[in-house]
Amino acid sequence: MAEKLDQIFVQAKHELVRWLLCHVPGAWAEVLSALLSIATLLVAFAALFALTTLLERKGLGRIQNRYGPNRVGPFGLLQPVADGIKALTKEDVVPRAADQVVHFIAPLVLVVPVFLALAVLPVGRNMVVVDLDAGLLFFFAVGAATELSVFMAGWSSRNKYSLLGAMRAIAQMISYEVPLILSAVTVVMMAGSLSTVRIVEVQAGFSGWLPHWHVLTPWGLAGFLLFLIAAAAEANRCPFDLPEGESEIIAGYYIEYSGFKFALFFLGEYIGLFAVSGLAITLFLGGWTAPLPFVQWVPSYVWFFLKLLSLIAFFIWVRGTLPRLRMDQLMSFAWKFMLPLSLINLLAAGLWRFLPEGLTRWAFCSLLLAAAYIGLGRSLVQRRNLGRRTYRFAE
Amino acid sequence: MLGEGIIKGLAETGRNFLGSYFEPDRLVTVQYPEERLPAPETARTFPFLVYDGDDWQKGLRCVACQICEKECPPQCIYIVKDITKKPDYIGKLQFQPKVFDIDLSVCMSCQICVEVCPFDAIKMDVEFELSTTDRFGRLLLHKAELAKPNEYYHKIHPAEAAEVDARLAAEKAKALAKTQADAAGKSVSPKPALKPLAPASG
Repeated sequence: MAEKLDQIFVQAKHELVRWLLCHVPGAWAEVLSALLSIATLLVAFAALFALTTLLERKGLGRIQNRYGPNRVGPFGLLQPVADGIKALTKEDVVPRAADQVVHFIAPLVLVVPVFLALAVLPVGRNMVVVDLDAGLLFFFAVGAATELSVFMAGWSSRNKYSLLGAMRAIAQMISYEVPLILSAVTVVMMAGSLSTVRIVEVQAGFSGWLPHWHVLTPWGLAGFLLFLIAAAAEANRCPFDLPEGESEIIAGYYIEYSGFKFALFFLGEYIGLFAVSGLAITLFLGGWTAPLPFVQWVPSYVWFFLKLLSLIAFFIWVRGTLPRLRMDQLMSFAWKFMLPLSLINLLAAGLWRFLPEGLTRWAFCSLLLAAAYIGLGRSLVQRRNLGRRTYRFAE
Repeated sequence: MLGEGIIKGLAETGRNFLGSYFEPDRLVTVQYPEERLPAPETARTFPFLVYDGDDWQKGLRCVACQICEKECPPQCIYIVKDITKKPDYIGKLQFQPKVFDIDLSVCMSCQICVEVCPFDAIKMDVEFELSTTDRFGRLLLHKAELAKPNEYYHKIHPAEAAEVDARLAAEKAKALAKTQADAAGKSVSPKPALKPLAPASG
């Protein structure tokens, strides 16, 4: 029964393909199968996007002791529908001086790659659109395309704020791409594969009550945290939302977008967040595997989406907590803290791989990482003049 | 240590988040159309015309002196004097406005009209739900819409209205006494002559 429930979507797709093949030539089987997977994924993640916009506004409201949206439908559940209608009916303004073609293409260039990145995420047992041998590489390759879109949007708008936002975005995204990938490399070293499906399989199984998730090892925990921070920066989430920076550069690179194009940017940003959170789950939190042995009867996709929602909730929590970084803080954090720590984490992962199992490798790796964290953190804090600021021109 | 502040901050926001569900006092939001806060005594939105008695046309305090029209900084008041007169609260015959319009889309709620009015005829309202679907027609209020009874004024600004009423009553009593004295004193004695000025010293 549990088995059946777990594979219900896979079975349904097979049945549907079989039924469709009665009407179309057999050579189309693969295409049909892929199209069905893509359609499901698009619908599921678009729905999740709608839900997240609401949850985010509600959560932020509660953090600030407000109610959040509660007018449209019961508990404000229909708010995303109202937002959608509003975005669709708004006037689409294009600046006269803008580069029309690039301005038009930029939102598409953002949305298409982030959806492509979802293709390699295993959302459940046997539930992945394509199981590429180099799935992880594919993910990072298409993920890097979003930077192009951001710069296209910022440059083509012919607006000083949007160009500033785009330049910030490029600096930030390229800087944080490095620790993002380096912290993911540790998992590749352990799993010995770039395939996301294989990485999840490595983490399936339990020793006692503890699952074999990578996050439950010293290097995994460090990698997970580094990955999360870098992911927040990649997705332009608070506290790394400098490219948008409502209070300083108004809306950054999408200042000149309105109506549905703006909604597309919004969608792309959130789907990007889901994709990178999904990858964090796949790499460190055991993908679709259950956290405890006796709850394995719960379908695998439920676990994946539960983990995804928890990570999103965490990102919302962080957004409600931290103020925006300054540009120089952002850069020095990336290059002076994240990068060295992720390199040391690579070393720790290597040690973990080759040291004999037992308490010694736990102690050794934990000590190495803790020492690096404290040392790097201290040097980062000491360099900074945390005393009273002196202004050269303002006084 | 690095990151300590972040943990503390997360704990704080987490406490706020959970607290908002368990301690309703934390939520300061007033669910506006259903719940309302009472307007403060000094609240003001746009002017209205006060009338005494039951008939608004008879009781209107405005005498069409047009001071408010002249003083209004954004020039949102438009008054046309009527040719017929009507008695005011003392009983003296006064002009009355034939047309009295206030354009709410122009009015800036400065209260200068209230301050300059010598007859306490124009006061500030607290009504704020004035949105309409017709921005030209429905935001230009005419005399009939502007006229509101003195009781309404008492309801929205009790202290201020009581003070105005007391002053008007005193003036009325004084005027009454004066007319009576005039009527009585015409035959008895002429008004005492002005005191001669003291000779300038020096």
